Amino acid sequence: MLLGRTANGLYWMNRYIERAENMARLVDAGLRMALTRTQNASEEWNSVLLSAGSDVAFTQKYSDYTAANVADFLLRDTSNPSSTMSAIETARNNARMVRTALTRETWESINEAWMSLKRMLARPIDERDLPTVLDAIKRETALIRGSFYGTMLRNEIFDFSQLGTYVERADNTARILDVKYYVLLPSISWVGSTLDNYQWESILRSVSAHRSYRWVYEADYKPTNIADYLILNVRMPRSLTFCYRFLAEHLKFLGDDYGARHACHQTVEKTQAMLRAGSIKDIFDAGLHEFLANFIRDNTRLGDEIAQDYRFY
Amino acid sequence: MAAFDEMLPEVSGLRKPYSAYDRWLKEQDPARLTEKMQDAERVFRKTGITFAVYGEQEASERLIPFDIVPRIISGNEWRRLTQGIEQRVQALNAFLDDIYHRQEILRAGRIPKELIARNEAFLPEMIGVRPPAGVYTHIIGVDIVRISENEFYVLEDNARTPSGVSYMLENRETMMQLFPELFQQIKVRPVENYPQLLRQSLAAVRPQSTKGAPTIAVLTPGSFNSAYFEHAFLADQMGVQLVEGQDLRVVDGHVAMRTTEGYKQIDVLYRRVDDSFLDPLTFRPDSALGVPGIMDVYRAGNITIANAPGTGIADDKAIYSYMPEIVEFYTGRKAILGNIPTWRCSEPDSLKYVLEHIHELVVKEVHGSGGYGMLVGPAATKKECQDFSRKLQAKPSNYIAQPTLALSTCPILTDKGLSPRHVDLRPYVLVSDRIQIVPGGLTRVALKEGSLVVNSSQGGGTKDTWVLDD
Repeated sequence: MLLGRTANGLYWMNRYIERAENMARLVDAGLRMALTRTQNASEEWNSVLLSAGSDVAFTQKYSDYTAANVADFLLRDTSNPSSTMSAIETARNNARMVRTALTRETWESINEAWMSLKRMLARPIDERDLPTVLDAIKRETALIRGSFYGTMLRNEIFDFSQLGTYVERADNTARILDVKYYVLLPSISWVGSTLDNYQWESILRSVSAHRSYRWVYEADYKPTNIADYLILNVRMPRSLTFCYRFLAEHLKFLGDDYGARHACHQTVEKTQAMLRAGSIKDIFDAGLHEFLANFIRDNTRLGDEIAQDYRFY
Repeated sequence: MAAFDEMLPEVSGLRKPYSAYDRWLKEQDPARLTEKMQDAERVFRKTGITFAVYGEQEASERLIPFDIVPRIISGNEWRRLTQGIEQRVQALNAFLDDIYHRQEILRAGRIPKELIARNEAFLPEMIGVRPPAGVYTHIIGVDIVRISENEFYVLEDNARTPSGVSYMLENRETMMQLFPELFQQIKVRPVENYPQLLRQSLAAVRPQSTKGAPTIAVLTPGSFNSAYFEHAFLADQMGVQLVEGQDLRVVDGHVAMRTTEGYKQIDVLYRRVDDSFLDPLTFRPDSALGVPGIMDVYRAGNITIANAPGTGIADDKAIYSYMPEIVEFYTGRKAILGNIPTWRCSEPDSLKYVLEHIHELVVKEVHGSGGYGMLVGPAATKKECQDFSRKLQAKPSNYIAQPTLALSTCPILTDKGLSPRHVDLRPYVLVSDRIQIVPGGLTRVALKEGSLVVNSSQGGGTKDTWVLDD
């Protein structure tokens, strides 16, 4: 038996842990672009902010798209609710609230991540230290994930946690693709100029897939392959299909355990069917942007339905 | 004022309960002990054993300092203490039953009527209500101070929602992690079964109508409460749900919690929310921490609330001074554990005495707790005494005064070796169809040299408390 409020806390705790890490990954990709392509750096930072969903809030505060400003805003600004620092703080508050549902190891890893990042992000980050800071964020979240997977019982507590992780991750991957969808379209990036190559690598880097891509598709960056990898590949841990495979699985566990199916079960199956139905070519033919916009909308709805069906509030 | 040291009293040298520990201590390398002290702090911080201090924004989460020298009580001393505590706890429950029913003690003229009638801690809503199994105060933390080899006094009866038991458990856990060899050499009675005892005790007082095993939950004001760690800890250790007011509602005449599968009935609620926040329909209407309608369910006998609403009338500081009479009235015997002499400032003669001697007394608010709003005369400046005198004269009935006792001391480990500090003791008592007292308790220690204030909110720390199995 699980309190609705606890399920809610677990769900959001994991969404925010995922978000804390995604912010670091986005900054990492942006930094890489800025280092290699000095001319379009501000454009690149703008798309990083768009992917993070923080562009409007950023422009209210800053006028320059510099590495220092963006990193500050996305990593340590506590007035930005999605910054790594805010996200880890919210994750910890949720963890504190649901503490009785967590193993000691999981709680301690979250608490320690919060303590160490709070220390590390207390002062503005020197640009020279940025790579170290980004590594530290990824390491802390990896430690949380490690103790979570290593110690948690695979019950409803685990299911609700995983739902949070995968809803957030699917949203993140879809947004990254949508912000850059135009560089993937054949009409524009037909030739595959050096610029495009950087753009494509940046997309892969922002989901930590620039190396694994080569294992699967060999050395060439092709826009259809990149889209295929991030949308349809069943083994790539940040692809939409991968996320939905686990969302469907955990919702099925909950449905079986409780002996009840809800609206969220239908939604997850519908999205899964859509991902299974076509090839990447079909998706391009029907419009990549439309596809992604639909996906993001349905994914948000899934989150709302989970909250309602399982009495989060 | 020379205080009695429980380990090394000036007159007689090392006391017997500490002899085995002292032997061990002498074999230790001081550098290693300092290291262990730091280990302990790391353990506490990592596990998030923190408490919030109201009014200090920066330090919203803090550790209660922990000292690694245990406070040791012999088996014999403990037996005497428990007899006194049991008697007192019986009297408290009998008093509560009486005061909300026939009020024999008032009719007998043993305590003044107006002390009850005009007391905010007395809940008229509880008149005529008999809680399931007839138990009012299920969990009690009796604060005890010692002033000599054989003199123990009760400082306070915490009969509402005493806190600190998680520290008792974590302190022992930490000591066992730091010094496993000590526990092999010295037989210390275990405290770690407290959560199981608490759960059994709560289950035993379930409503009569409960079918099957009762569903138990701990009600917390939320994760921003200063004792939240303890609420979560106890729920976890008992294997029950930790609920907030927002999780609960009255469904079909029962209190129920919102789960992922719908509403589930609760039979026993161990609440850590004050009376006035318990039910916005009955008490404070602005409370979001309680459950609208829970008092109706309670009056219908469909839920056990532990501790019962209205138990505050038994541990009120104005009532405290009558405890010797109360114990004798209900148990027919003299109180085994003494009270500290107390001046009730509501009485003109007492007020006069207190004002004249304020620099040597401890003056407390009748309804205060946590060491706030009190004056320790000998430690206060002349101006502080004068200011307090004015408050006292403005509302005498709001205060009581007690002599400044030479609380016993127990050594703590400092940079310069062992150094005595004042301590008190809070053993935890569970009441159901029987009375159980876990052998040990929370020893609070005033870390500042000479200080008598042991409250954690005011610079106090804690120690592991050993009751020897001898």
